[in-house]
Amino acid sequence: MRFLLDPEQRAFGDSLNAMLAVADTPSVIRDWSRGEHARGRALWSRVAEAGVFALAVPEAYEGMGPRPVELAVAFIELGRHAVPGPLVETVAAAVLLADLPDPGPAKRLLPALATGEAMATLAWKAPYALDGDVAGTRLAVTSQGLHLSPGHGPVRPSLDAARRLTPLEPGGELLGPAPARALAYARLTTAAQALGVGQALLDKTVAHVLRRTQFGVSIGSFQAVKHRLADVRIGLEFARPLLFGAALTMAPADVAAAKVTACEAAYAAARTALQLHGAIGYTAEYDLSLWLTKARALRTAWGDPDACRADVLGAPTLSGDRRW
Amino acid sequence: MDLAHSAADEAFRAEARAWLRAHVPVDPLPSLETEEGFAAHRAWEAELAVDRWSVVNWPAAYGGRDATLVRWLLFEEEYYAAGAPGRVNQNGVSLLAPTLFDHGTEEQRARVLPPMATGEVVWAQAWSEPEAGSDLASLRSRATRVAGGWLLSGQKTWSSRAAFADRAFGLFRSDPGAPKPHQGLTYLMFDLRASGVTVRPIARLDGRPAIAELFLDEVFVPDEDVIGEPGQGWRIAMSTAGNERGLMLRSPGRFLASADRLHRLWQDRGSPESARNSVADALIGARAYQLFTFAAASRFLDGESIGPESSLNKVFWSEYDIALHETALDLLGAEGELADTEWAERYVFSLAGPIYAGTNEIQRDIIAERLLGLPKGRR
Repeated sequence: MRFLLDPEQRAFGDSLNAMLAVADTPSVIRDWSRGEHARGRALWSRVAEAGVFALAVPEAYEGMGPRPVELAVAFIELGRHAVPGPLVETVAAAVLLADLPDPGPAKRLLPALATGEAMATLAWKAPYALDGDVAGTRLAVTSQGLHLSPGHGPVRPSLDAARRLTPLEPGGELLGPAPARALAYARLTTAAQALGVGQALLDKTVAHVLRRTQFGVSIGSFQAVKHRLADVRIGLEFARPLLFGAALTMAPADVAAAKVTACEAAYAAARTALQLHGAIGYTAEYDLSLWLTKARALRTAWGDPDACRADVLGAPTLSGDRRW
Repeated sequence: MDLAHSAADEAFRAEARAWLRAHVPVDPLPSLETEEGFAAHRAWEAELAVDRWSVVNWPAAYGGRDATLVRWLLFEEEYYAAGAPGRVNQNGVSLLAPTLFDHGTEEQRARVLPPMATGEVVWAQAWSEPEAGSDLASLRSRATRVAGGWLLSGQKTWSSRAAFADRAFGLFRSDPGAPKPHQGLTYLMFDLRASGVTVRPIARLDGRPAIAELFLDEVFVPDEDVIGEPGQGWRIAMSTAGNERGLMLRSPGRFLASADRLHRLWQDRGSPESARNSVADALIGARAYQLFTFAAASRFLDGESIGPESSLNKVFWSEYDIALHETALDLLGAEGELADTEWAERYVFSLAGPIYAGTNEIQRDIIAERLLGLPKGRR
């Protein structure tokens, strides 16, 4: 038992963080929200060059995956910088395509996902898919199985303006069955993204309360402020081991536990961040909004809290079967 | 990154499980916080000690098995999964013993630890005073130098287990002229039955005497019962507060077993929708605490110190424990108010968690100031 990231895994996260920190993601996100995808596509290519999507694609299709621990490391950083686009969907699509009994679609579609030339989106028995207008591969899971959707409908705005929701046109080529393994990858990467969003919210809010003075002192010296931030830190600190534990086992119950916990911790971070920023945090023009709204959207994406808790309750007991 | 335990560690776990299966009492012991229950729990410690299961992480010389931190965690998982009794000597084992390992003399360890391991001597803590709770450094009980030792005078309170325990340990002011409150304190051990000691048991919420007040009137303590240098008590007490003790005060095994018990209670009650989220959160929280502890143990084994992170841990488990037991009492419905059930006793016990071992308000201050870097302010 050694439940710590290896030095290489840490270095991978640090290098992504360093790359994204100078990418001016807030203005990339604002472009993306208006449907101007050029800078977002360029950033996507750099994320792909760093090897992120290849982590979801098997070696047979020019990837190096699936590597869930590294995916979790990467998605924390993508969330920390609120990178826009169908990131989770591309990972889940890659897993789905690789799992098809017929290797044809995977041969056709996976290499471009691994290299970042194409984005994929995916609607899993859901009314909308993320960024259907920009994703080259649009997949839909219905009761019949996995379809290649022929097109998309008009964009509906999300509370998170960076998430452009599109209905997918029904029908299209039936590629095969859709095993639940891909759902676990979608939930895991959403959980990691949420954890990164929550950490960014905490960091930004700590910086704000140190900077902001009222009554002649930094508001970060007030106990009411400190204790709210301490609670945010506690929430994030206990979500993190669930995330990496789930990445190691990829058991559906572990992944569900990580998803609900990380998303709730991120959402609690958002509520605290908004409150402690005061009115400026309530404005769309202040960049904090890009993280605040994402924390809300991720909570219900890929398994709402209720669905995740149901999966935890359906699993065997903690100590009884010695699984946990 | 790896969650699998080594074959040798799994063999250790299997040995513990087999022993516990053969020895854990079928019927729960009477409450630890009664005279009869205290004696029964003391006898259980002796039974554990016969086969060296009472203090597995201690050196063999003092009755342990030299178990690593990981093996201790595995033992704890097995211990609580087996439904084994609460530990009457927790104060001694998790607070005093680590201090003796770090700061005691070889003579003190040889004299104090073996009877602690067998339950022959049960320890109470004597930190708080009527005017010194969260602000512990303001304590006023005195240790006055006399030939061959010290005379202790003053009042200690909220001393857990002191109603039935044999000895106690705590901090006393040995240099009233020291410039700062946390200077001039000395860490001492003393006999609760010594001349000059009056123990007044205090009934906790359910009426059981789980805590006590101690009145000390010129109680003689020989020099051999001073831990470390006189005047260095604060540093000594705090040096073991932040390291592995933060991990060992409440093991994940205890909460994994409690969460499973709650899950079974929920199922026995027909899996009511109203408690669904709370039960799921209890299962998730136990897993989170287990994995958090594995990560901390891994860092500890790498040579890192745990430090202020133990405050995250303390707030988490203490609030988790209350939420779990509140859910249980709600599930029991009208029976939830009965005082003579294990659930009720565990619930009452859980209520003290956010108060003892540094209140959760103090812990949140530590998290904010030492982990988040926020400035000190008025409390």
